[in-house]
Amino acid sequence: MFLINCPYCGERDQSEFKAGGEAHIIRPKQPTELSDDEWAEYLFMRKNIKGIQFERWNHAHGCRKWFNIIRDTSNDEIKTVYKMGESPPKL
Amino acid sequence: MKNKYSIFSLFKNAFSHHENWEKAWKDPEPKKEYEAIIIGGGGHGLATAYYLAKKHNMKNIAVVEKGWIGGGNTGRNTTIIRSNYLWDASAGLYDHALKIWEGLSQELNYNIMFSQRGVMNLAHNLQDVRDLKRRTHANRLNGIDAVYLSTEEVKKFCPIINTSQDIRYPVLGGTLQRRAGTARHDAVAWGYARGADKMGVDIIQNCEVKGIKRNGDSVEGLETTKGFIKTKKIGVVAAGHSSVIANMAGLKLPLESKPLQALVSEPVKPIIDTVVMSNAVHAYVSQSDKGELVIGAGTDDYISYTQKGSHEIVEGTLKAILELYPIFSRMRMLRQWGGIVDICPDASPIISKTSIRGLYFNCGWGTGGFKATPGSGDLFAHTIANDEPHKLNASFNLNRFVSGDLVDEHGAAAVAH
Repeated sequence: MFLINCPYCGERDQSEFKAGGEAHIIRPKQPTELSDDEWAEYLFMRKNIKGIQFERWNHAHGCRKWFNIIRDTSNDEIKTVYKMGESPPKL
Repeated sequence: MKNKYSIFSLFKNAFSHHENWEKAWKDPEPKKEYEAIIIGGGGHGLATAYYLAKKHNMKNIAVVEKGWIGGGNTGRNTTIIRSNYLWDASAGLYDHALKIWEGLSQELNYNIMFSQRGVMNLAHNLQDVRDLKRRTHANRLNGIDAVYLSTEEVKKFCPIINTSQDIRYPVLGGTLQRRAGTARHDAVAWGYARGADKMGVDIIQNCEVKGIKRNGDSVEGLETTKGFIKTKKIGVVAAGHSSVIANMAGLKLPLESKPLQALVSEPVKPIIDTVVMSNAVHAYVSQSDKGELVIGAGTDDYISYTQKGSHEIVEGTLKAILELYPIFSRMRMLRQWGGIVDICPDASPIISKTSIRGLYFNCGWGTGGFKATPGSGDLFAHTIANDEPHKLNASFNLNRFVSGDLVDEHGAAAVAH
Protein backbone atom coordinates (compact mmCIF):
# COMPACT_ATOMS: atom_id res chain seq x y z
CA MET A 1 0.00 0.00 0.00
CA PHE A 2 1.87 3.04 -1.25
CA LEU A 3 1.75 5.88 -3.78
CA ILE A 4 3.44 5.73 -7.16
CA ASN A 5 4.50 8.82 -9.08
CA CYS A 6 3.54 7.93 -12.66
CA PRO A 7 5.89 9.85 -15.00
CA TYR A 8 2.88 10.73 -17.17
CA CYS A 9 0.01 11.29 -14.68
CA GLY A 10 1.63 12.17 -11.37
CA GLU A 11 1.14 10.61 -7.97
CA ARG A 12 -1.58 7.94 -7.74
CA ASP A 13 -2.54 5.07 -5.46
CA GLN A 14 -0.65 1.82 -6.05
CA SER A 15 -3.96 0.02 -6.66
CA GLU A 16 -4.18 1.80 -10.05
CA PHE A 17 -0.98 0.07 -11.18
CA LYS A 18 0.01 -3.41 -12.24
CA ALA A 19 3.43 -4.73 -11.28
CA GLY A 20 5.43 -6.15 -14.17
CA GLY A 21 8.29 -7.74 -12.27
CA GLU A 22 12.03 -7.34 -12.65
CA ALA A 23 13.15 -4.70 -15.16
CA HIS A 24 15.93 -4.77 -17.75
CA ILE A 25 15.56 -8.44 -18.66
CA ILE A 26 16.50 -8.32 -22.32
CA ARG A 27 14.63 -10.49 -24.78
CA PRO A 28 17.09 -12.81 -26.57
CA LYS A 29 18.12 -11.46 -29.95
CA GLN A 30 18.47 -14.93 -31.51
CA PRO A 31 15.81 -17.09 -29.81
CA THR A 32 16.48 -20.06 -32.09
CA GLU A 33 20.09 -20.28 -30.92
CA LEU A 34 19.31 -20.35 -27.19
CA SER A 35 20.11 -23.43 -25.12
CA ASP A 36 17.54 -24.80 -22.64
CA ASP A 37 19.57 -23.33 -19.77
CA GLU A 38 19.52 -19.88 -21.36
CA TRP A 39 15.76 -20.12 -21.93
CA ALA A 40 15.23 -21.08 -18.29
CA GLU A 41 17.35 -18.12 -17.22
CA TYR A 42 15.37 -15.72 -19.42
CA LEU A 43 11.90 -17.08 -18.67
CA PHE A 44 12.00 -18.15 -15.06
CA MET A 45 15.07 -17.20 -13.02
CA ARG A 46 14.66 -13.98 -11.05
CA LYS A 47 16.85 -12.01 -8.68
CA ASN A 48 13.88 -11.48 -6.32
CA ILE A 49 15.92 -9.00 -4.31
CA LYS A 50 15.26 -8.00 -0.72
CA GLY A 51 16.38 -4.39 -0.92
CA ILE A 52 16.86 -2.08 -3.90
CA GLN A 53 15.19 -3.57 -6.95
CA PHE A 54 14.67 -2.31 -10.51
CA GLU A 55 11.19 -3.15 -11.73
CA ARG A 56 8.61 -2.44 -14.42
CA TRP A 57 5.14 -1.11 -13.65
CA ASN A 58 2.09 -0.35 -15.80
CA HIS A 59 -0.45 2.37 -15.01
CA ALA A 60 -3.24 -0.11 -15.82
CA HIS A 61 -6.15 2.01 -14.55
CA GLY A 62 -4.74 5.31 -15.85
CA CYS A 63 -2.64 6.16 -18.88
CA ARG A 64 -1.81 2.45 -19.42
CA LYS A 65 1.81 3.28 -20.10
CA TRP A 66 4.75 1.19 -18.91
CA PHE A 67 7.64 2.70 -16.94
CA ASN A 68 10.39 1.72 -14.50
CA ILE A 69 10.68 2.09 -10.75
CA ILE A 70 13.56 1.64 -8.37
CA ARG A 71 12.05 0.42 -5.12
CA ASP A 72 13.29 -0.95 -1.81
CA THR A 73 11.35 -4.21 -1.43
CA SER A 74 12.20 -4.45 2.27
CA ASN A 75 10.06 -1.39 3.11
CA ASP A 76 8.23 -0.57 -0.17
CA GLU A 77 9.95 2.82 -0.38
CA ILE A 78 10.22 4.09 -3.96
CA LYS A 79 13.61 5.63 -4.72
CA THR A 80 12.95 6.93 -8.21
CA VAL A 81 10.79 6.55 -11.31
CA TYR A 82 12.01 6.69 -14.90
CA LYS A 83 10.54 6.11 -18.34
CA MET A 84 10.89 3.06 -20.54
CA GLY A 85 13.97 3.16 -22.74
CA GLU A 86 15.84 5.48 -20.36
CA SER A 87 18.89 4.05 -18.68
CA PRO A 88 18.43 3.74 -14.91
CA PRO A 89 19.53 6.85 -12.98
CA LYS A 90 22.36 6.51 -10.47
CA LEU A 91 21.15 6.44 -6.88
CA MET B 1 14.75 -37.79 28.21
CA LYS B 2 11.58 -35.80 28.05
CA ASN B 3 8.50 -36.78 29.92
CA LYS B 4 5.65 -38.10 27.85
CA TYR B 5 2.58 -35.89 27.84
CA SER B 6 -0.38 -37.85 29.17
CA ILE B 7 -3.30 -37.66 31.55
CA PHE B 8 -0.91 -38.87 34.27
CA SER B 9 1.71 -36.17 33.65
CA LEU B 10 -1.07 -33.60 33.65
CA PHE B 11 -2.31 -34.97 36.98
CA LYS B 12 1.21 -35.09 38.45
CA ASN B 13 2.00 -31.53 37.43
CA ALA B 14 -1.28 -30.28 38.88
CA PHE B 15 0.19 -30.96 42.33
CA SER B 16 2.93 -28.41 41.70
CA HIS B 17 0.50 -25.88 40.18
CA HIS B 18 1.88 -26.60 36.69
CA GLU B 19 5.03 -24.69 37.54
CA ASN B 20 7.49 -27.53 37.00
CA TRP B 21 6.78 -28.60 33.43
CA GLU B 22 9.98 -29.41 31.62
CA LYS B 23 10.93 -27.07 28.75
CA ALA B 24 9.70 -28.50 25.45
CA TRP B 25 13.05 -27.80 23.79
CA LYS B 26 16.46 -26.55 24.88
CA ASP B 27 17.95 -23.26 23.80
CA PRO B 28 21.53 -24.26 22.92
CA GLU B 29 24.43 -22.27 21.53
CA PRO B 30 25.68 -23.62 18.20
CA LYS B 31 28.43 -26.27 18.17
CA LYS B 32 31.46 -25.82 15.90
CA GLU B 33 30.34 -28.42 13.41
CA TYR B 34 27.22 -30.35 12.41
CA GLU B 35 26.52 -33.21 10.03
CA ALA B 36 23.75 -31.11 8.48
CA ILE B 37 22.16 -27.73 9.14
CA ILE B 38 18.62 -26.69 8.28
CA ILE B 39 18.11 -22.97 7.63
CA GLY B 40 14.64 -21.95 8.77
CA GLY B 41 12.80 -22.99 11.93
CA GLY B 42 9.30 -23.07 10.55
CA GLY B 43 7.12 -26.15 10.28
CA HIS B 44 8.85 -27.49 7.17
CA GLY B 45 12.36 -26.94 8.56
CA LEU B 46 11.61 -28.48 11.94
CA ALA B 47 9.85 -31.42 10.29
CA THR B 48 12.90 -31.93 8.06
CA ALA B 49 15.17 -32.05 11.13
CA TYR B 50 12.75 -34.37 12.92
CA TYR B 51 12.68 -36.89 10.05
CA LEU B 52 16.45 -36.63 9.46
CA ALA B 53 16.97 -37.68 13.08
CA LYS B 54 14.16 -40.21 13.21
CA LYS B 55 14.34 -41.98 9.86
CA HIS B 56 17.90 -41.34 8.71
CA ASN B 57 19.66 -41.51 12.07
CA MET B 58 21.36 -38.13 11.65
CA LYS B 59 21.48 -36.83 15.22
CA ASN B 60 24.27 -34.27 15.01
CA ILE B 61 22.20 -31.68 13.19
CA ALA B 62 20.89 -28.19 13.86
CA VAL B 63 18.07 -25.91 12.81
CA VAL B 64 19.02 -22.23 12.64
CA GLU B 65 16.24 -19.65 12.79
CA LYS B 66 16.71 -15.89 12.54
CA GLY B 67 13.69 -15.14 14.74
CA TRP B 68 11.75 -17.57 16.85
CA ILE B 69 10.47 -20.95 15.69
CA GLY B 70 7.12 -20.88 13.95
CA GLY B 71 7.19 -17.07 13.83
CA GLY B 72 7.18 -16.84 10.05
CA ASN B 73 4.63 -18.29 7.67
CA THR B 74 3.96 -21.25 9.99
CA GLY B 75 2.25 -18.82 12.37
CA ARG B 76 0.71 -16.72 9.60
CA ASN B 77 -1.26 -19.13 7.42
CA THR B 78 -4.94 -20.06 7.52
CA THR B 79 -4.17 -23.67 8.65
CA ILE B 80 -5.97 -25.40 5.79
CA ILE B 81 -4.99 -28.98 4.96
CA ARG B 82 -6.13 -30.83 1.83
CA SER B 83 -4.68 -32.92 -0.98
CA ASN B 84 -7.12 -32.47 -3.88
CA TYR B 85 -4.52 -31.44 -6.46
CA LEU B 86 -4.86 -32.16 -10.17
CA TRP B 87 -1.63 -33.78 -11.39
CA ASP B 88 -0.32 -37.20 -10.33
CA ALA B 89 2.93 -35.74 -8.98
CA SER B 90 1.09 -33.24 -6.76
CA ALA B 91 -1.51 -35.77 -5.67
CA GLY B 92 1.29 -38.06 -4.52
CA LEU B 93 3.06 -35.27 -2.68
CA TYR B 94 0.10 -33.71 -0.89
CA ASP B 95 -1.67 -36.97 -0.06
CA HIS B 96 1.57 -38.32 1.40
CA ALA B 97 1.44 -35.32 3.74
CA LEU B 98 -2.24 -35.80 4.54
CA LYS B 99 -1.65 -39.44 5.50
CA ILE B 100 1.06 -38.33 7.96
CA TRP B 101 -1.23 -35.59 9.36
CA GLU B 102 -3.79 -38.29 10.23
CA GLY B 103 -1.50 -39.87 12.82
CA LEU B 104 0.71 -36.91 13.69
CA SER B 105 -0.66 -36.01 17.14
CA GLN B 106 -0.01 -39.57 18.32
CA GLU B 107 3.39 -39.75 16.66
CA LEU B 108 4.60 -36.48 18.17
CA ASN B 109 2.82 -37.00 21.51
CA TYR B 110 1.62 -33.44 20.99
CA ASN B 111 -1.94 -32.38 20.28
CA ILE B 112 -1.81 -30.56 16.95
CA MET B 113 -5.62 -30.32 16.97
CA PHE B 114 -5.96 -31.89 13.53
CA SER B 115 -9.60 -31.65 12.56
CA GLN B 116 -10.90 -33.39 9.43
CA ARG B 117 -13.83 -31.06 8.99
CA GLY B 118 -13.75 -31.21 5.19
CA VAL B 119 -12.77 -28.63 2.60
CA MET B 120 -15.26 -27.47 0.00
CA ASN B 121 -14.16 -25.68 -3.19
CA LEU B 122 -16.88 -23.69 -4.96
CA ALA B 123 -17.59 -23.30 -8.68
CA HIS B 124 -19.02 -19.97 -9.90
CA ASN B 125 -19.00 -20.30 -13.67
CA LEU B 126 -19.15 -22.99 -16.32
CA GLN B 127 -15.38 -23.26 -16.60
CA ASP B 128 -15.10 -23.70 -12.81
CA VAL B 129 -17.66 -26.52 -13.02
CA ARG B 130 -15.70 -28.29 -15.75
CA ASP B 131 -12.35 -27.78 -13.99
CA LEU B 132 -13.63 -28.98 -10.62
CA LYS B 133 -15.33 -32.05 -12.15
CA ARG B 134 -12.12 -32.90 -13.97
CA ARG B 135 -10.15 -32.45 -10.75
CA THR B 136 -12.61 -34.67 -8.84
CA HIS B 137 -12.11 -37.47 -11.38
CA ALA B 138 -8.32 -37.01 -11.33
CA ASN B 139 -8.32 -37.12 -7.52
CA ARG B 140 -10.34 -40.33 -7.41
CA LEU B 141 -8.05 -42.01 -9.95
CA ASN B 142 -5.20 -41.17 -7.58
CA GLY B 143 -7.02 -42.63 -4.57
CA ILE B 144 -7.86 -39.25 -3.05
CA ASP B 145 -11.37 -38.87 -1.69
CA ALA B 146 -13.34 -36.27 -3.62
CA VAL B 147 -16.97 -35.74 -4.51
CA TYR B 148 -18.66 -33.22 -6.75
CA LEU B 149 -21.62 -31.42 -5.16
CA SER B 150 -24.61 -29.73 -6.78
CA THR B 151 -25.70 -26.28 -5.61
CA GLU B 152 -28.31 -27.91 -3.34
CA GLU B 153 -25.71 -30.25 -1.85
CA VAL B 154 -23.37 -27.30 -1.23
CA LYS B 155 -26.18 -25.53 0.62
CA LYS B 156 -26.93 -28.66 2.63
CA PHE B 157 -23.29 -29.10 3.64
CA CYS B 158 -22.82 -25.45 4.59
CA PRO B 159 -26.26 -23.85 5.14
CA ILE B 160 -25.04 -20.27 5.62
CA ILE B 161 -23.83 -19.97 2.02
CA ASN B 162 -25.92 -17.72 -0.17
CA THR B 163 -26.86 -19.97 -3.09
CA SER B 164 -29.21 -17.47 -4.71
CA GLN B 165 -28.69 -17.50 -8.46
CA ASP B 166 -29.14 -13.70 -8.52
CA ILE B 167 -25.77 -12.80 -7.04
CA ARG B 168 -22.88 -11.61 -9.21
CA TYR B 169 -21.03 -14.94 -9.01
CA PRO B 170 -23.68 -17.58 -8.16
CA VAL B 171 -22.67 -20.93 -6.67
CA LEU B 172 -23.06 -23.52 -9.44
CA GLY B 173 -21.60 -26.43 -7.49
CA GLY B 174 -18.50 -27.46 -5.65
CA THR B 175 -16.16 -30.24 -4.62
CA LEU B 176 -15.73 -31.73 -1.19
CA GLN B 177 -12.76 -33.53 0.30
CA ARG B 178 -13.94 -34.93 3.62
CA ARG B 179 -10.49 -36.03 4.83
CA ALA B 180 -9.28 -32.45 4.51
CA GLY B 181 -9.49 -29.93 7.32
CA THR B 182 -7.37 -27.78 9.62
CA ALA B 183 -4.73 -28.09 12.35
CA ARG B 184 -3.32 -25.78 15.00
CA HIS B 185 -0.37 -24.25 13.13
CA ASP B 186 1.74 -23.21 16.14
CA ALA B 187 1.35 -26.65 17.69
CA VAL B 188 2.78 -28.22 14.53
CA ALA B 189 5.99 -26.20 14.89
CA TRP B 190 6.15 -26.80 18.66
CA GLY B 191 5.41 -30.51 18.32
CA TYR B 192 8.12 -31.05 15.70
CA ALA B 193 10.58 -28.89 17.67
CA ARG B 194 9.97 -30.93 20.82
CA GLY B 195 10.26 -34.19 18.90
CA ALA B 196 13.47 -33.15 17.14
CA ASP B 197 15.01 -31.76 20.34
CA LYS B 198 14.27 -35.04 22.10
CA MET B 199 16.38 -36.87 19.52
CA GLY B 200 19.30 -34.48 19.99
CA VAL B 201 18.68 -31.85 17.30
CA ASP B 202 19.93 -28.37 18.27
CA ILE B 203 17.27 -25.73 17.65
CA ILE B 204 19.10 -22.41 17.54
CA GLN B 205 16.88 -19.35 17.57
CA ASN B 206 17.87 -15.71 16.99
CA CYS B 207 20.59 -16.92 14.66
CA GLU B 208 20.50 -15.29 11.24
CA VAL B 209 22.45 -16.69 8.32
CA LYS B 210 24.76 -14.06 6.81
CA GLY B 211 26.65 -16.12 4.26
CA ILE B 212 27.27 -19.57 2.83
CA LYS B 213 30.91 -20.61 2.65
CA ARG B 214 31.80 -22.61 -0.42
CA ASN B 215 34.85 -24.55 -1.45
CA GLY B 216 34.53 -24.81 -5.21
CA ASP B 217 31.38 -26.78 -5.87
CA SER B 218 30.74 -27.87 -2.29
CA VAL B 219 29.47 -26.12 0.81
CA GLU B 220 31.75 -25.80 3.85
CA GLY B 221 29.62 -23.99 6.37
CA LEU B 222 27.49 -21.06 7.39
CA GLU B 223 28.34 -17.55 8.50
CA THR B 224 25.75 -16.61 11.09
CA THR B 225 25.15 -13.91 13.69
CA LYS B 226 26.33 -16.51 16.22
CA GLY B 227 29.58 -17.15 14.35
CA PHE B 228 30.80 -19.62 11.76
CA ILE B 229 29.32 -23.14 11.82
CA LYS B 230 30.97 -25.89 9.81
CA THR B 231 28.85 -28.40 7.88
CA LYS B 232 28.85 -30.40 4.65
CA LYS B 233 25.08 -30.38 4.13
CA ILE B 234 22.76 -27.40 4.19
CA GLY B 235 19.01 -27.66 3.72
CA VAL B 236 17.38 -24.30 3.03
CA VAL B 237 13.73 -24.01 4.09
CA ALA B 238 13.47 -20.23 4.23
CA ALA B 239 10.10 -19.68 2.48
CA GLY B 240 9.84 -16.04 1.33
CA HIS B 241 13.55 -15.49 1.96
CA SER B 242 14.73 -18.46 -0.14
CA SER B 243 16.07 -16.17 -2.89
CA VAL B 244 18.01 -14.16 -0.30
CA ILE B 245 19.80 -17.33 0.86
CA ALA B 246 20.24 -18.51 -2.75
CA ASN B 247 21.93 -15.22 -3.64
CA MET B 248 24.43 -15.83 -0.82
CA ALA B 249 25.45 -19.04 -2.56
CA GLY B 250 25.49 -17.40 -5.99
CA LEU B 251 22.34 -19.16 -7.18
CA LYS B 252 19.22 -17.77 -8.82
CA LEU B 253 15.83 -19.38 -8.23
CA PRO B 254 12.61 -19.14 -10.25
CA LEU B 255 10.85 -17.43 -7.35
CA GLU B 256 9.06 -14.18 -6.62
CA SER B 257 8.31 -13.22 -3.00
CA LYS B 258 4.99 -11.52 -2.43
CA PRO B 259 2.82 -10.59 0.55
CA LEU B 260 -0.15 -12.89 1.22
CA GLN B 261 -2.70 -11.65 3.70
CA ALA B 262 -5.12 -13.19 6.16
CA LEU B 263 -7.43 -11.80 8.79
CA VAL B 264 -9.56 -12.96 11.70
CA SER B 265 -12.82 -11.65 13.09
CA GLU B 266 -13.98 -11.25 16.64
CA PRO B 267 -14.85 -14.65 18.17
CA VAL B 268 -18.43 -15.85 17.81
CA LYS B 269 -20.33 -19.08 18.52
CA PRO B 270 -19.89 -21.97 16.07
CA ILE B 271 -21.39 -21.00 12.73
CA ILE B 272 -19.29 -22.71 10.07
CA ASP B 273 -18.03 -26.23 10.74
CA THR B 274 -16.01 -26.74 7.57
CA VAL B 275 -13.58 -24.88 5.31
CA VAL B 276 -15.01 -23.21 2.22
CA MET B 277 -12.75 -21.93 -0.52
CA SER B 278 -13.59 -20.10 -3.70
CA ASN B 279 -10.97 -19.60 -6.36
CA ALA B 280 -13.07 -17.46 -8.67
CA VAL B 281 -14.26 -14.79 -6.22
CA HIS B 282 -11.20 -15.43 -4.19
CA ALA B 283 -12.09 -15.85 -0.57
CA TYR B 284 -11.76 -18.69 1.86
CA VAL B 285 -13.13 -19.01 5.33
CA SER B 286 -13.16 -21.36 8.30
CA GLN B 287 -13.74 -20.93 12.00
CA SER B 288 -11.05 -21.43 14.62
CA ASP B 289 -11.62 -23.28 17.86
CA LYS B 290 -11.62 -19.90 19.60
CA GLY B 291 -14.57 -18.91 17.41
CA GLU B 292 -12.84 -16.42 15.14
CA LEU B 293 -13.59 -16.52 11.45
CA VAL B 294 -10.26 -17.16 9.71
CA ILE B 295 -10.33 -15.50 6.31
CA GLY B 296 -7.68 -15.76 3.65
CA ALA B 297 -7.04 -13.08 1.07
CA GLY B 298 -4.85 -13.08 -2.01
CA THR B 299 -1.32 -12.03 -2.86
CA ASP B 300 -0.28 -8.62 -4.04
CA ASP B 301 1.16 -8.65 -7.54
CA TYR B 302 4.41 -6.89 -6.63
CA ILE B 303 7.52 -8.27 -4.94
CA SER B 304 7.77 -7.21 -1.32
CA TYR B 305 9.27 -8.48 1.92
CA THR B 306 7.25 -6.18 4.18
CA GLN B 307 4.74 -8.69 5.64
CA LYS B 308 2.00 -6.09 5.09
CA GLY B 309 0.13 -6.17 1.80
CA SER B 310 -2.39 -3.79 0.27
CA HIS B 311 -5.68 -2.67 1.69
CA GLU B 312 -7.61 -3.25 -1.52
CA ILE B 313 -6.77 -6.98 -1.42
CA VAL B 314 -8.52 -7.25 1.96
CA GLU B 315 -11.40 -5.14 0.69
CA GLY B 316 -11.89 -7.39 -2.35
CA THR B 317 -11.81 -10.52 -0.22
CA LEU B 318 -14.35 -9.17 2.26
CA LYS B 319 -16.68 -8.14 -0.57
CA ALA B 320 -16.62 -11.73 -1.83
CA ILE B 321 -17.13 -13.10 1.70
CA LEU B 322 -20.15 -10.84 2.22
CA GLU B 323 -21.77 -11.84 -1.04
CA LEU B 324 -21.36 -15.53 -0.22
CA TYR B 325 -22.23 -15.16 3.49
CA PRO B 326 -24.57 -12.20 4.05
CA ILE B 327 -24.89 -13.39 7.68
CA PHE B 328 -21.37 -12.02 8.34
CA SER B 329 -22.26 -8.46 7.36
CA ARG B 330 -22.00 -7.10 10.91
CA MET B 331 -18.90 -9.06 11.95
CA ARG B 332 -15.93 -6.96 12.98
CA MET B 333 -12.43 -7.92 11.98
CA LEU B 334 -9.91 -8.01 14.79
CA ARG B 335 -6.53 -8.60 13.21
CA GLN B 336 -4.95 -8.59 9.75
CA TRP B 337 -1.43 -9.64 8.83
CA GLY B 338 0.76 -10.63 5.90
CA GLY B 339 3.31 -13.31 5.25
CA ILE B 340 5.89 -13.40 2.49
CA VAL B 341 5.28 -16.31 0.14
CA ASP B 342 7.76 -17.58 -2.45
CA ILE B 343 5.86 -18.26 -5.64
CA CYS B 344 7.04 -20.54 -8.42
CA PRO B 345 5.97 -19.92 -12.04
CA ASP B 346 4.02 -23.23 -12.05
CA ALA B 347 2.55 -22.85 -8.53
CA SER B 348 4.30 -26.04 -7.40
CA PRO B 349 7.11 -26.36 -4.87
CA ILE B 350 10.80 -27.15 -5.28
CA ILE B 351 12.29 -29.94 -3.12
CA SER B 352 15.59 -30.39 -4.79
CA LYS B 353 19.35 -30.73 -4.95
CA THR B 354 21.21 -27.84 -6.56
CA SER B 355 24.29 -27.45 -8.73
CA ILE B 356 26.28 -26.95 -5.50
CA ARG B 357 27.15 -30.17 -3.68
CA GLY B 358 25.61 -30.33 -0.20
CA LEU B 359 23.16 -27.49 -0.81
CA TYR B 360 19.49 -28.41 -0.93
CA PHE B 361 16.41 -26.24 -1.35
CA ASN B 362 12.86 -26.77 -0.15
CA CYS B 363 10.97 -23.71 -1.35
CA GLY B 364 8.39 -22.35 -3.75
CA TRP B 365 5.43 -23.49 -1.65
CA GLY B 366 3.84 -20.16 -2.43
CA THR B 367 0.40 -19.69 -0.98
CA GLY B 368 -0.20 -23.25 0.19
CA GLY B 369 2.72 -24.78 2.08
CA PHE B 370 1.19 -25.42 5.48
CA LYS B 371 -0.86 -28.42 4.30
CA ALA B 372 2.30 -30.17 3.12
CA THR B 373 4.40 -29.63 6.26
CA PRO B 374 4.87 -33.27 7.38
CA GLY B 375 5.26 -34.68 3.87
CA SER B 376 7.61 -31.90 2.82
CA GLY B 377 9.82 -32.51 5.87
CA ASP B 378 9.82 -36.26 5.30
CA LEU B 379 10.73 -36.03 1.60
CA PHE B 380 13.28 -33.24 2.08
CA ALA B 381 14.98 -35.27 4.83
CA HIS B 382 15.14 -38.21 2.42
CA THR B 383 16.64 -35.98 -0.29
CA ILE B 384 19.31 -34.57 2.07
CA ALA B 385 20.21 -37.90 3.68
CA ASN B 386 20.50 -39.86 0.42
CA ASP B 387 21.63 -37.01 -1.82
CA GLU B 388 18.84 -37.96 -4.19
CA PRO B 389 15.10 -37.32 -4.24
CA HIS B 390 12.41 -39.73 -3.06
CA LYS B 391 10.16 -40.83 -5.93
CA LEU B 392 7.37 -38.61 -4.52
CA ASN B 393 9.42 -35.42 -4.89
CA ALA B 394 11.43 -36.37 -8.00
CA SER B 395 9.16 -34.21 -10.20
CA PHE B 396 9.68 -31.20 -7.96
CA ASN B 397 13.29 -30.61 -8.92
CA LEU B 398 14.91 -27.36 -9.99
CA ASN B 399 15.74 -28.80 -13.38
CA ARG B 400 12.08 -28.77 -14.44
CA PHE B 401 12.45 -25.09 -15.34
CA VAL B 402 15.14 -26.07 -17.84
CA SER B 403 13.50 -29.23 -19.20
CA GLY B 404 10.05 -27.64 -19.34
CA ASP B 405 8.47 -30.52 -17.42
CA LEU B 406 6.45 -28.17 -15.19
CA VAL B 407 3.74 -29.21 -12.70
CA ASP B 408 1.10 -26.58 -13.40
CA GLU B 409 -1.14 -26.39 -10.34
CA HIS B 410 -2.56 -22.89 -10.72
CA GLY B 411 -6.06 -24.37 -10.82
CA ALA B 412 -5.69 -26.28 -7.55
CA ALA B 413 -3.62 -23.66 -5.76
CA ALA B 414 -6.85 -21.93 -4.70
CA VAL B 415 -5.18 -18.53 -4.34
CA ALA B 416 -5.09 -16.83 -7.70
CA HIS B 417 -1.67 -15.52 -8.60
